[in-house]
Amino acid sequence: MTRLELRHVRKAFGGLDVLADISLSVGAGEFVSILGPSGAGKSTLFQLVTGAERGQGGMFFDGAPLDDYGRHFAFMPQRDALMPWRRILDNATLGLEVQGLGRKAARMRVAPLFAEFGLAGFERHFPAQLSGGMRQRAALLRTVVQERDMLLLDEPFGALDALTRAVMQRWLEQMWRHHRWTALLITHDVREAVFLSDRIYVLSARPARVVREFSVALPRPRDSTGVAGRRAGTLEAEILDVLLNLQPSKGHDHD
Amino acid sequence: MSVGFLLVAWELYANHSGIKPTILPAPSRVFEQAVLNREALIDNAIPTIRATLIGFACSLGAAFVLSMLVDFFQPLRRALFPVFIVSQTLPLVAIAPLVVLWFGFGLTPKIMLVALVTFFPMLVALVQGYEATEAEIGQMLRVMGAGRWRVFMLARLPSALPYFFAGLRISITYAVVGAIFAEYAGAAKGLGIYMLNAKNNFRPDLVLAAVGVSAGLTLVLFGLTVLLQRLAMPWERDAGRQIAGKGPRR
Repeated sequence: MTRLELRHVRKAFGGLDVLADISLSVGAGEFVSILGPSGAGKSTLFQLVTGAERGQGGMFFDGAPLDDYGRHFAFMPQRDALMPWRRILDNATLGLEVQGLGRKAARMRVAPLFAEFGLAGFERHFPAQLSGGMRQRAALLRTVVQERDMLLLDEPFGALDALTRAVMQRWLEQMWRHHRWTALLITHDVREAVFLSDRIYVLSARPARVVREFSVALPRPRDSTGVAGRRAGTLEAEILDVLLNLQPSKGHDHD
Repeated sequence: MSVGFLLVAWELYANHSGIKPTILPAPSRVFEQAVLNREALIDNAIPTIRATLIGFACSLGAAFVLSMLVDFFQPLRRALFPVFIVSQTLPLVAIAPLVVLWFGFGLTPKIMLVALVTFFPMLVALVQGYEATEAEIGQMLRVMGAGRWRVFMLARLPSALPYFFAGLRISITYAVVGAIFAEYAGAAKGLGIYMLNAKNNFRPDLVLAAVGVSAGLTLVLFGLTVLLQRLAMPWERDAGRQIAGKGPRR
């Protein structure tokens, strides 16, 4: 069943075309990635989907035009966006509090999840006291606890060092297998996209259009060794080839 | 240390240069006179403290309300800021006697002058603080379904706290100076008028004693703002202690 569907979505900021033609769909329980070069307008796409900006084209959720943005999505921004003045527990409850749940009830909902997110014992800490990986897990906890229809992850591991990022990708893949969230991930990391996704849309440079769609038919749990690892490597090389051979799009000609 | 050295040098110079104590009193004499006249000093410090605190409180309240208005209605900013900037260019020396002339020797002109010198720094600090809010936090809150007011309360206001306290530390020192200036221009009681009278009676030792009191007062108020910041921003205090890794782990 298709949950989110975009048909020929376009967006320009004051004459500058950012998104030229984006059509994509995300099925229920599917992990889909949008892969593209930096500055391709990937984050703009999330701004459209969440209603922060208005563009042209069709956006649908469960077949109906997308209008009540807040109800469907839980958004995890680039960097963790944890509030430094709130303890981890209170950062995790933020979405529930905005939804109108009392502080106490929100805490009770969130507290049992701390162990699963590797944050047990850190409820009373402030974000500045945590490592980068822990902060990202706290940010994801804050995101999933909202129990929206779908997760929007905007380069969630972009700010982490390479080793921590690899650890976090494994952890997220494992979490996803347990929960089967419907998720749309923005990334410019080919390996990350292949490791986590069921399908990958490759975007061109600005103005962005979907140039290729890849299906990642690799067994889960994902493994970067052995036969599966080699197949993943082949796919990564193929995707990287597409990204490197992107033709400069027409929108650039005028300068 | 450096203050101590300065005091010793001053003491030696005053005692050995042959300058009369009615021109340059030694610190020991200033201190002695301060103790002797402590009742008068305290008596005059109280109105100054009162003017400082009430004036500063008024200024804080006004700055807070206006900062919120400016934050919610951006055009207001362009309309109001030039007026405030001009208010900051008014020379206190010229304004203080006028305000006293218009509003009398009571508390009102002092409050107004203290507010005048502290209002704008506080307003700027708050407005800048709101704008320092991480854009992504705002975006995330809106996706969560928060309206402007919730975003303000949950994100913009707390983000402004470090700026607020930086402004507070600067303004509180202005506030004391502003109050003394107002009293200098005319008052029944207060450190400012006390200094003026002492000067006119050729008592530089008492002028300096009053200066010492006002400096002490400023330091105490400054210390209070630091203390308040520590209480209001516990996450800054704990931030130094990076305990991840040492803490409990599964």
